Amino acid sequence: MEIEVLEGIFDANEIIARENRALLDRLGVFMVNVMSSPGAGKTSMILRTLEDLEDEFSCAVIEGDIAGKVDSERIAERGVQAIQINTGGSCHLEAKQVNTALGRLDLEGADLVVVENVGNLVCPAEFRLGEDLKVMILSVAEGHDKPLKYPLMFSECHVLIVNKIDLIPYTDFDLELFKETVRKMNPSVEIFEVSCRTGEGIQDWTGRLKERVTGRGIDT
Amino acid sequence: MHELSVVESMMAVVLKHAERNRASKVSRVNLVLGEMSTVMEDPVRFYFELISRDTIAEGAELAFRRTQLIARCPDCGKEFKVEEYDFTCPECGGTDTEIVSGREFQVESIEIN
Repeated sequence: MEIEVLEGIFDANEIIARENRALLDRLGVFMVNVMSSPGAGKTSMILRTLEDLEDEFSCAVIEGDIAGKVDSERIAERGVQAIQINTGGSCHLEAKQVNTALGRLDLEGADLVVVENVGNLVCPAEFRLGEDLKVMILSVAEGHDKPLKYPLMFSECHVLIVNKIDLIPYTDFDLELFKETVRKMNPSVEIFEVSCRTGEGIQDWTGRLKERVTGRGIDT
Repeated sequence: MHELSVVESMMAVVLKHAERNRASKVSRVNLVLGEMSTVMEDPVRFYFELISRDTIAEGAELAFRRTQLIARCPDCGKEFKVEEYDFTCPECGGTDTEIVSGREFQVESIEIN
């Protein structure tokens, strides 16, 4: 006997992602999901972003890593609340893990939660966490050919930060070709060109994030 | 490589519907897998064999129906197959297109005894 099911396999995750979103909306908290390959500069970018936002906004960070707590310690050193999730081998964060972490954070009066996903350009793109904004970082050293190799990530993100632009003169990275490819895949994506090391372009990104956090709850 | 957790979710869906229909055995699982999904068939089969052991789904056949990446342009209504992940409408050049299929991973049906 054949039984019709028609149920998406990611539906269970989607339901919890929506619960996370409802919880954050109730508390008036904006959540950003930061995704990239290992070494593209997620943690440095988050630290640099906090530097610009922490005077105006109350921030918290959820760190996702396969193992270790190096990243959450770096964040906590800045005096920012940080929770470390160790996925124990799993290559991405799921909504349920973020739900547990949100429960452990003191979100009373918080404005912004930044989630640092596990370093990976494939799997995190499939799992919504309940975020307001999906941010992906690509570093120049990874090459401009990545969009067609990792199409889901490039087409799912709302913001694309090209990091380490100070390295462009030393590489064959074709920024214009890269942006053209990405815009065909994802016409509404906002692209920022930055260098975390020199600080170039950082304020374009943090300025835009400030606007989004300030305008949270308002449809833009 | 997130197929392990994906297969765990898939098993939960399969077993929920099997139990709801008082199945004693699941003989086949019909899946729909979109071209743009990051999920891969072979690891799904591998983990399914592992996870379904000692359940009523042990030994079930997995059948994949692949769907192409199709988008629709809300401006001119054109539906088109997306090539090279270029979502620009080939008819009117619109860029505000929506995905119709090709993104899904779904249990379409199960065959039970």
